[in-house]
Amino acid sequence: MTRPNLTSPTEAGHFYCLEERPHPEGHSTMLGFWMYLMSDCLIFAILFACYAVLGGNYAAGPAPRDLFDLDLIALNTAMLLLSSLTFGFALIAMQREALGTTLVWLGVTGLFGAAFLGIELYEFHHLVELGATPQRSAFLSAFFTLVGTHGIHVTFGLVWLATMMVQLRRHGLIAANRRRLMCLSMFWHFLDVIWIGVFTFVYLMGMLR
Amino acid sequence: MISQNAPAKPRAIEMPRASMRDYGWGFVLSVVMTAVPFWLVAERPLDAGATAALIMILAAAQVIVHMIFFLHMTPKAEGGWSLTSLIFTIIVIVIMLAGSLWVMHHLNSNMMPMPHGEAELL
Amino acid sequence: MTPHPAPATGPVLGRLSLEAIPLHEPILVITFVGVLFGGAALLALVTRLRLWGYLWNEWFTTVDHKRIGIMYMILGLVMFLRGFADAIMMRIQQAMAFGGSEGYLNAHHYDQIFTAHGVIMIFFVAMPLITGIMNYIVPLQIGARDVSFPFLNNFSFWMTAAGAALVMISLFVGEFAQTGWLAYPPLSGIAYSPNVGVDYYIWALQIAGVGTTLSGINLIVTILKLRAPGMGLMKMPVFTWTSLCANILIVASFPVLTAVLALLGLDRYAGTNFFTNDLGGSAMMYVNLIWIWGHPEVYILILPLFGVFSEIASTFSGKRLFGYTSMVYASVCIAILSYLVWLHHFFTMGSGASVNSFFGITTMVISIPTGAKLFNWLFTMYRGRIRFELPMMWTIAFMLTFVVGGMTGVLLAVPPADFVLHNSLFLVAHFHNVIIGGVLFGLFAAINYWWPKAFGFRLDDFWGKISFWCWVVGFWLAFMPLYILGLMGVTRRMRVFDDAELQPWFIVAGIGAAVIAVGVAAMIVQFAVSIWRREALAETSGDPWDGRTLEWATSSPPPDYNFAFTPVVHDLDAWHDMKRHRHQRPVAGFRDIHMPRNTGAGVILSGLSLVLGFALVWHIWWLAAASFVALIGGAIVHSFNYKRDFHIPAATVAAIEDARTRELAGGA
Repeated sequence: MTRPNLTSPTEAGHFYCLEERPHPEGHSTMLGFWMYLMSDCLIFAILFACYAVLGGNYAAGPAPRDLFDLDLIALNTAMLLLSSLTFGFALIAMQREALGTTLVWLGVTGLFGAAFLGIELYEFHHLVELGATPQRSAFLSAFFTLVGTHGIHVTFGLVWLATMMVQLRRHGLIAANRRRLMCLSMFWHFLDVIWIGVFTFVYLMGMLR
Repeated sequence: MISQNAPAKPRAIEMPRASMRDYGWGFVLSVVMTAVPFWLVAERPLDAGATAALIMILAAAQVIVHMIFFLHMTPKAEGGWSLTSLIFTIIVIVIMLAGSLWVMHHLNSNMMPMPHGEAELL
Repeated sequence: MTPHPAPATGPVLGRLSLEAIPLHEPILVITFVGVLFGGAALLALVTRLRLWGYLWNEWFTTVDHKRIGIMYMILGLVMFLRGFADAIMMRIQQAMAFGGSEGYLNAHHYDQIFTAHGVIMIFFVAMPLITGIMNYIVPLQIGARDVSFPFLNNFSFWMTAAGAALVMISLFVGEFAQTGWLAYPPLSGIAYSPNVGVDYYIWALQIAGVGTTLSGINLIVTILKLRAPGMGLMKMPVFTWTSLCANILIVASFPVLTAVLALLGLDRYAGTNFFTNDLGGSAMMYVNLIWIWGHPEVYILILPLFGVFSEIASTFSGKRLFGYTSMVYASVCIAILSYLVWLHHFFTMGSGASVNSFFGITTMVISIPTGAKLFNWLFTMYRGRIRFELPMMWTIAFMLTFVVGGMTGVLLAVPPADFVLHNSLFLVAHFHNVIIGGVLFGLFAAINYWWPKAFGFRLDDFWGKISFWCWVVGFWLAFMPLYILGLMGVTRRMRVFDDAELQPWFIVAGIGAAVIAVGVAAMIVQFAVSIWRREALAETSGDPWDGRTLEWATSSPPPDYNFAFTPVVHDLDAWHDMKRHRHQRPVAGFRDIHMPRNTGAGVILSGLSLVLGFALVWHIWWLAAASFVALIGGAIVHSFNYKRDFHIPAATVAAIEDARTRELAGGA
């Protein structure tokens, strides 16, 4: 980053950058967003910790085996994984400066995300109908909060996605929009990373208990 | 119209390069690493302990797959700070999770014994 | 213990009614009247002087790290007065309430006072003051023009202010929590605290917590990405290093607080069972999680001040800091080890010998890097030419005071000893010893040290010294009796006492608090006198202390853009290096400078968060929903603003720099 400074100490250029190349606008953005994602991972870590500690407290109520439908969760997982793939296609289109294709793949991503949320809401509704409410036991409180918080993040991601699509139509693939899309991409992929934890430790391990 | 006193043109921002290869491999590997655990739990060819260990290993591996192929994680990203902060976060998470489990287990096991009927309600 | 009855709920005002205003508490009524008149007078004065436009354009909407830093300091100092008033009230009560006397505070009020005292001092005094100093100084020390995310900086400040406002509102509308500053369940659960107090606590901290976390991210990225050319990590000033460590701790611990308070909130609002007594909940899990946050928090508080002491010891001894490399390693070690000690806050909760031993040992180990720092400061002073200006006086007072607090900490780290001393006044004395001796003395040192840089004139020395001596004497008088009382078995948070033999100690502590109060008053007088006499106290060199780091290379106060040309760094103590080599300040060849634009979005979004918090506290669901939608909508609207910057023309820069050249020539 620094060129060796060959000036003598008394010349102004020795201690001051006379021919400065300023930092490009937004060059800190992606690192900053990454740091935010690390902090968000910690929130999920605490929710996972609560699920690990309290997840065995059924309070004589329903346990994972009574409630979880692995076929539904497999379908859900597929929706989220496919959405990660289609977001990748959107980024490749962005790199090729193809605005229209980018918007199409973003839209498909949104649909997969919405499908994920729809299935999850259906699952929650079904559980509540069975009497397995968040208030029933500590296990259910931890379950609904962990899975629900992930779902809230997906919802925020969809709102952001819709906003981005409007901003892309308005301003095109300018530098600011590319940065924002890269940040949304990181967010979206992290949602899938957290989901790996959820389906493994909540659903699959739940069926093993 | 750029004024003659305008600052010099800034360098371009380095952005990770997305490629079909990355997303293709990432997707295929993830599908396999998801399907196998689901199958292991549905069909139960192994005992519970082995199944649990295997699905946890595959989960960790799939996270790494996501990091490399979807998130374009390399040791060079952002001057090395992406990887450093990720490793630090993982260390802190391991401390918090392992610590909480260890502490809470000891706290719970040191609780006074309860009458048989009531214990089930907790 | 009978739970209080919960207030009735209506659709328009939720639980809010005229009964929420505590007209039956004379102390609160008098305070309210005072605040009303004082506040009205202030608003009238600002209106009369036609300052609203100036305040909005130059201060409230600013994205300049220097102005945001000053606003944080003002917030912290104002909230300090509230927190200190709580302390005085407690001291008076505890000195009085013997021999059948109930004192002058009932339990309902007293419990709120000790809770509010802790919450305000930690979250709304210490954190804002520390954040303010880091915000002001770090970009200057690394040779940058601002932080990485200037708008986020403004937003973070206003979120902190919104949290503080919510706590202040609780004084006059409703009540505050009566649970202690960490609000352990089951007491803080809905069954035993059905009223609004704990809800004020939760939402004030959640709102302020967003600000703090974002500020942490901001400063980390700033330090990693915006350092001047040549300033590798091991050439950064020590204050910047300790700030980096503290901000890493912030980003890696505040999410835990966010999650835990959210879970407590779910228990209270949605009837979940995380921390309840039945249906599988575990209150012990709350204690475990809250201290996983709580311990790194105290290192967040102290690490930046360790950096301040390093800068001051070096500057006022006229010597390079001794052992720079070991200082850096010590700071990083402290940061990492702070994650391995949290259980020492609840040795007595019953985790058993193996767990307690592990955490006892780690707690003792963490004192070692701190000890290394202390020796480095002493070796820095050894054979130096020491100038006993106020910053150095505060530093020496810190070294003598903090060491005692640290030693009682190592004593408490021994689990069997802690079994006797946990939650006694010994514990209270210990943490006040390290927080006042370390954090507060450090903040006063930093204020005296960097005030001339921020404002262009020094602080009055005479009133500063009065404040100093009153604080030091007052602190020892106020807290040494508490060590003795703790060893005698007295528990914390007690309102009335049976044993008359304890009273003399409490009276001495009360006298100590009164001496501190004189010190606080003297400090306010110091500020007032200094501002009044600012022309006589003016200093135009920009470097009144013969400093060693880059912030002293600028004028006092620095121009908006900090540096017309970014400095190039060749060595540690970059400014000292520049002076030693008789650097030439460039006086021509200026270019346009790229700057971020002011914005009102931070104020508006934080204001909406305040309304949201208030609505959630009082269960005014329609208002909560509306303000939430407005908040999201406002954020989205703000994201559509792409024009966030402007350029300062080269001619303007030239004019400012020419004036500086003349100023420097005049002073030579």
